[in-house]
Amino acid sequence: MKYVDEFRNADLARGLARAITQAVAPGHRYNLMEFCGGHTHAIARHGLRALLPPEIELIHGPGCPVCVLPIGRIDQAIALARDHGVLLCTYADLMRVPASNASSLMKARSQGADVRMVYSAIDALKLAQQHPDREVVFLAIGFETTTPPTASVLRQARALGLRNFSVLCNHVLTPPAMRGILGPAPGNETSAHLHGFIGPAHVSTVIGSEPYRFCADDYHRPVVITGFEPLDVMQAVLMLVRQLNEGRAEIENQFTRSVTPLGNQKAQALMAEVFELRDSFEWRGLGSLPHSALKLRPEYASFDAEQRFAAPYRAVADAKACECGAILRGEKRPQDCRVFGTVCTPDNPIGSCMVSSEGACAAHYTYGRFMTDMPTIAEKPGATA
Amino acid sequence: MCLAVPARVVECLEGVRALIDLEGVRMEISLELLDDVRPGDYVIVHVGYAIGKLDEDEALATLQAMAAMAQADAREGAQP
Repeated sequence: MKYVDEFRNADLARGLARAITQAVAPGHRYNLMEFCGGHTHAIARHGLRALLPPEIELIHGPGCPVCVLPIGRIDQAIALARDHGVLLCTYADLMRVPASNASSLMKARSQGADVRMVYSAIDALKLAQQHPDREVVFLAIGFETTTPPTASVLRQARALGLRNFSVLCNHVLTPPAMRGILGPAPGNETSAHLHGFIGPAHVSTVIGSEPYRFCADDYHRPVVITGFEPLDVMQAVLMLVRQLNEGRAEIENQFTRSVTPLGNQKAQALMAEVFELRDSFEWRGLGSLPHSALKLRPEYASFDAEQRFAAPYRAVADAKACECGAILRGEKRPQDCRVFGTVCTPDNPIGSCMVSSEGACAAHYTYGRFMTDMPTIAEKPGATA
Repeated sequence: MCLAVPARVVECLEGVRALIDLEGVRMEISLELLDDVRPGDYVIVHVGYAIGKLDEDEALATLQAMAAMAQADAREGAQP
C-alpha cells in the first residue's frame, strides 16, 4: 500500500537503529513520551523497543480518547440510552469500556437499550433521518482528528432542521493535555523525568505544528511530530536524541508529507463555528484540566444532548486495583499494574487502557509482553528447538 | 481512535463526496474538510472524512532523509 509499505522497510529500520545507538551518549537518559495512542500501538506492534538502545525509554502518553474518558461519561451515555430511551450511537471502541456497576454500553444493549456502533458521525445523522420518531444521540469522543467530522455533521443537522438529533460531546484537545502532563506552569513542573515528545501526526494534520510551541518556549522540551509507520517513529527518535544531545528544544516536523505549520484551516474554521472551549473537563488519570475540551456553541444548544436531557455528569472513582490513571500520566507501565494480564485482559477489561487497541495496556498485552515479560528461550549456537 | 489511513481518490462525486480505493476496497467519503482534491490524489481518511492530503514529494524527501541518516557516519551527531 502506497505511503505504508515504503515506511516499513526493514533495512532502513536497522540502519536507523544503528544510527540511534551511535548517537546516544552512553549512560545518558532519553525519556521520550509518545503522546498518541497510535504511536503506542505502532511501537508495540512493530517491536520497536527491541531496536532501541537501553538509554532510551519510551513512555506511553494519554493520547487515547477512549482511555482518558472518565467512567462518569460512559454512565451518562448509558443513562440516556436506558432511562431516556434514546437511540445512542457511538464509535466501536467505546462499547466495551467499563462503566459503574460493572456495566458498559455493550451490556446496556444486551439489557435492551438501543445502542449502535457507527463508523462515522455521518452514519449517526443518517439514523436520525431514518428514525424521525426517535431521539438519536451521537456519543462523540476524540481529539482534534475526530472533531471536524462531528462539527460537519452538526452543521448539516442544523441546515436540515433536524429536531431529533443531538451530540453528547466529549471532544478533547491535545496541547492542554500536554500542558497537564508537563505541569501546571513552567518552574512548577511535575515532569522532570520527561525529556521530549513524539508528537501526533493526524492531530497535527488538523491543528498544524504551531500549537506545540509552548513545549519548547515555556518548558524547553523538544517535540517531533511523527508519522505512524515504524520508520517514522525510528527517525523521530533519532531527531529527538540529536536535539537533546545538542541542548536544543525545537518543534520539528517529521510528518511533512501531511503536516504544515498552520494545519488544515478549513477544518479548524468548521470546529470554531460549532464548538467552543469548556472551562474545564475531567480526564481519567489527569484530573480536571482547564480549557482542555470542547462543548457546543449556544447557537447549537438544541443539538447538545447535555442540555436536551437531564443526564448530568457525575464523577466516579476508578476501580481500586486499576492503574490506568498512573499509566496515562506516564508514571507506571502496564506491566506494573497487578491486575494486568490476569484479571484485566482485552476480553474482560477492568480499565479503559485495556479496551482500545491504542491503549497502553491493550498494546502491551497484544504485542509487547512477548518481548519483555515472558521468559525467552536462550538462543545458543547449536541449540535445538 | 485517531487511526487514519492513506487512500487514493478514484472519483470525485456530487455533494463534496469522493470514491476512494483502499487496496481494492472502495468506499465513499466526504471531502468537506479539504479544497482542490482531484482523482489520483492521496488523502488521509478518518471516520469517513478526508482530513488531509499526502504530498508525494515530501514523502520521497522523508525517505531520502531516512536513508541518509541510516548510513550516516558512526560518530556524526554523537555527544562525547
